Amino acid sequence: MRNKLANLLFILCILGISVACRLAGSKAPGEGGQADQPAQIIENKGSDTLVNLALAWAERYMSLHPNVRISVTGGGSGTGIASMINGTVDIANASRAMKKEEFEAAQANGFSPKEFVVARDAIAVVVHLSNPVNQLTLQQISDIYTGKISNWKELGGEDRPIVLLSRETNSGTHVFFLENVIRLGQKDSNLLFAQDTLLLPSSEGISAEVRLNPNAIGYDGLGYVTPDQKMLAVAKDEKSPFLFPSVETVNNGSYPISRDLYMYTAGEPSGQIKAYLDWILGEGQVLVTELGFVPLK
Amino acid sequence: MLDTKSTDQPYRKWVEFAIESLIRVIGFSSIGFVFLIFLFLMREGLTALLDVSWGNLLGTRWYPILDIYGVLPLLLGSILVTLIAILIALPLGVGTAVFVREVAPGWAREILKPMIEVMAGIPSVVLGFFGMTLLAPLFLKYLGLATGLTAFTGSVILAYMALPTIISVAEDALDAVPKSYRDASLAMGATQWQTIWRVVIPAARSGILTAIMLGLGRAIGETMLVMMVTGNAGRMPLTLDSLFRPIRTMTATIAAEMGEVAQGSSHYHVLFALGIILFLVTFIINLAAASAIFRKRRRGGLR
Repeated sequence: MRNKLANLLFILCILGISVACRLAGSKAPGEGGQADQPAQIIENKGSDTLVNLALAWAERYMSLHPNVRISVTGGGSGTGIASMINGTVDIANASRAMKKEEFEAAQANGFSPKEFVVARDAIAVVVHLSNPVNQLTLQQISDIYTGKISNWKELGGEDRPIVLLSRETNSGTHVFFLENVIRLGQKDSNLLFAQDTLLLPSSEGISAEVRLNPNAIGYDGLGYVTPDQKMLAVAKDEKSPFLFPSVETVNNGSYPISRDLYMYTAGEPSGQIKAYLDWILGEGQVLVTELGFVPLK
Repeated sequence: MLDTKSTDQPYRKWVEFAIESLIRVIGFSSIGFVFLIFLFLMREGLTALLDVSWGNLLGTRWYPILDIYGVLPLLLGSILVTLIAILIALPLGVGTAVFVREVAPGWAREILKPMIEVMAGIPSVVLGFFGMTLLAPLFLKYLGLATGLTAFTGSVILAYMALPTIISVAEDALDAVPKSYRDASLAMGATQWQTIWRVVIPAARSGILTAIMLGLGRAIGETMLVMMVTGNAGRMPLTLDSLFRPIRTMTATIAAEMGEVAQGSSHYHVLFALGIILFLVTFIINLAAASAIFRKRRRGGLR
């Protein structure tokens, strides 16, 4: 008993010392180069699709530049953009372009937001591993999500009802899917998600249900698809080839459901924020691939 | 410190007065806060009626990003989940209360009562997670449903959540039934079961009614749990199988959407209007509970 206690104390001491060392170590370079520059905090918030990537960027950048602190939070594209407009964050992450009303709201606050495309993303359509259906056209996916097709046997699968899964309406992925898949990119279309669609509050909610439920069909960012879900090949129309989402098919534009991912700043960025964004668009692109997204060319 | 004799008396009076008014202010402030919250809710929510037409509000579709604000599916969803939850919780709760108060031997009661209190302390997120990962797959597999995330799943877990409230209030009600009632019943040759079913429970029924009302209030306001397990599909629960299909509740809608709305937009006001509806529903439930207590008092015989 006493021995254990001594061990514990010893470990705590070591921990304490190592923390102290790190603190001292991180101070050292500051003293040499940019002596009096205080640690700057960059607040970064928005899209849940982007949050893992944004975290990876932030961690890597902070390890390279110890005098910069970057805090990253999710919450959805709308949330991030609203916070940027209200001035509570420096960089908003968004998986959709800003809406006209949001631009106007920003201008009413006295600045015009600057847009950066930081990576590309593809939306994968996923089903349960046991589902025999392998490929769908955009038209078929649209019919499924509007409720026109409600049984898997109409698509060559088993006689099972289709359970529709979607992200909540505040997710950029939801809006993107509505405009580009359900409405097939037609501006005058007024098709909507079927009322039976389950709106799940997180990517994890979707993957959990797809993993468990052989009736389910879901969609999510390519970066969130785990091996225990089955991805479907998607074709733009019946004449086009059926393609799986991948770095090649997204970057050459052949995979039909892909999009740009954005960061927005309140006005022209400067100082540390500009340096951070420049790094993301340059060296930072290495991390994009590691997280399952598609880097810029 | 004090000047003796001459100033002593007025000083004491003054202190008395100060303390008394402080306590009074604290007491009344809670009423004030409730009133202010109510005013705020009204100010933010009633504007929805100016922004959004009645036809839109009373529609059957909720799709706020296109300014479609039909609250009916959400209202019916909340009502369905709550009612079924209470239907499940009521027999279990009253049964447990009867067991703890009337049947269980002393040592069992000593164990059961704290366990019930522990039950009340489980955070609803934990219950929601439990429902999502354990209950939903079970229901999917064994009930032959299209998905496990349904109104029924939500009701079962809500029932579990409302149980501690129902049990402890119902138990208090049974406790308040005078011993002479039981003695009289048993003396006339009734069995223990007959005594419980025909004498004790009827005598305690207004207290049991209060328990139901409090359980209802607890269930309808629950948010995190229903958001996790009911699937959040804003469909009208009008068909017979609706209980076994996904629904969307008012609380889950407010929680899921409040974070993204622009302040002052019509979506924002409509979410507050949902808040008003919830407030009214819980207010009516509490009023009903209070009147049940009042009736109990008026009847006199039983406390």
